[in-house]
Amino acid sequence: MKSSKPKHVQSILAHVVLIVLSFMCLFFFYILIVNATRSHADLQKGFSAIPGNYFLENLKNVANDGSFPMFRGIINSLIVSTCSAALCTYFSSLTAYGLYAYDFKVKKVAFTFIMAILVMPTQVTAMGFLRLITNMGMYDSLLPLIIPSIASPAVFYFMYSYLQSSLPLSLVEAARIDGSGEFMTFNRIVLPIMKPAIAVQAIFSFVGSWNNYFVPALVIQSKDKMTVPILIATLRGADYMNFDMGKIYMMITVAIVPIIIVYLLLSKYIIAGVTLGGVKE
Amino acid sequence: MKKKRKSISYAKWGYIFILPFFICFFIFSLIPLVDTIRYSFYEYYRSGIKEIGPTFIGLENYISLLDSDMLKYAGNTLILWVIGFIPQIVIALLLANWFTDIRLKIHGKQFFKVVIYLPNLIMASAFAMLFFAMFSTNGPINSILMSLGWTSEPIDFLGSVLGTRSLVGLMNFLMWFGNTTIMLMAAIMGISQDIFEACELDGCTSVKRFFYITLPLIRPILAYTLITSIIGGLQMFDVPQILTNGQGNPDRTSMTLIMFLNSHLKSRNYGMAGALSVYLFIVSAILCFFVYRMTNGTDDNGAKAAKRRAKAEKRGR
Repeated sequence: MKSSKPKHVQSILAHVVLIVLSFMCLFFFYILIVNATRSHADLQKGFSAIPGNYFLENLKNVANDGSFPMFRGIINSLIVSTCSAALCTYFSSLTAYGLYAYDFKVKKVAFTFIMAILVMPTQVTAMGFLRLITNMGMYDSLLPLIIPSIASPAVFYFMYSYLQSSLPLSLVEAARIDGSGEFMTFNRIVLPIMKPAIAVQAIFSFVGSWNNYFVPALVIQSKDKMTVPILIATLRGADYMNFDMGKIYMMITVAIVPIIIVYLLLSKYIIAGVTLGGVKE
Repeated sequence: MKKKRKSISYAKWGYIFILPFFICFFIFSLIPLVDTIRYSFYEYYRSGIKEIGPTFIGLENYISLLDSDMLKYAGNTLILWVIGFIPQIVIALLLANWFTDIRLKIHGKQFFKVVIYLPNLIMASAFAMLFFAMFSTNGPINSILMSLGWTSEPIDFLGSVLGTRSLVGLMNFLMWFGNTTIMLMAAIMGISQDIFEACELDGCTSVKRFFYITLPLIRPILAYTLITSIIGGLQMFDVPQILTNGQGNPDRTSMTLIMFLNSHLKSRNYGMAGALSVYLFIVSAILCFFVYRMTNGTDDNGAKAAKRRAKAEKRGR
């Protein structure tokens, strides 16, 4: 109580800083959305904070642009992100369960190995990866963007920590006594228990591959297979000054708004998920 | 399985369950890595439609890389990372401390958390494209600055070294400070309340508490944040690539190492790309070793930090 004065000052300071930071985070998106609703001619006149009425027109222009197939790109991105999120969470859980629930000779080695490569950047193997998929005939296809997500050390580690905190091995024993096969135990008993962890990691790997640019840019060549980030990059590389600016803002909007909507719907779980298990004593 | 064993062994299931991971890792990471290292010793590139090599040339690629601008690009990467990281860690520490201070009533805490984390999920390439459009000479930022009367001529942000680097730093800061804040918050909340209470009874101010209690106790996590952020910084690519259209303008002062690697890969210069990858591999292996030590330490705080690993991969893209 006696220190209420300085606390008061500190509280005001905290709010001011938070409001400034929030403003910085939201300001750019506000400009983006406003500009996406205005026509090229309007945009040339200078900035105005009031939205225009060109939203649908811009959207139509984006949808009908053959040289930047944005909606085709969104479908490609959706395919890649959904498949890799599914593969990545399922196989990471499977691997984590395999190392957690069973005793076998190379268990320790396998675990240490995964921990050692936990934060290894994928870029260092990009050259060999590019040659490999060219030799395998997978160049310019979506498969090399999906299949490698089976081996995701970071997701594995998350799943492993989660299993440690929430799966008692006696449950597995009980399932065995009831005559459940090992695969069935995993699919029917372990996976439901891991649902919270799977949900969180599914979101993060979905977003991760939705936003991924480096590998797709190396692998994908043809227009109809491009994912959203590559389309954005080609947009940047094109003769920018002759473009309809309203359309450019609309393309950026189309690329990031789906993620923002998903985030706003699930923000509670996502923020909790960033540190899930981190504060458990 | 041999017959002599009476009790059922489940060991084979362990192998079966971890098999997909290791097969996939072997094919898509290990073979490429070996291939990368092998070709780093070869002269192997494409000139026009003709392929030159592969001819074994020993360490020549490594030596010519040292003679090229690689070290300059390494310096650029470091500078761009520092510009983003310093404000990020300072603001994150400040916010985490405020958010966890029970005496400090912050209204709309959940709202602020949602907002500051938002940029982390935005597609870095789209974000960079947005910044490019906004900070161009006839973009909205210049238009706002001019109508406020702060400047009479449009500022060419992307034409100056400082402008470009600051923009990259600003974007990295915006994209990562929310994430770091939430990590550090979890770390501070992991500290026992008794310690804070004892400190309060001894009459320490919130500033003292921050420097003498909070900071030392979350040091392992700070170290971890630092290392993963360096690894993320090493991989910096999307933002400067899109912002400068892969050129690293002006005068290649914002060209990062991965952008350099990307340009070698695009021009199919496998030998050089291989040697550059090996340099990057060595640096990341050293950093990985530190992370490994931290996540496997017996230190209790280290164990808590370990939970954050799942996010490490995403860092700094």
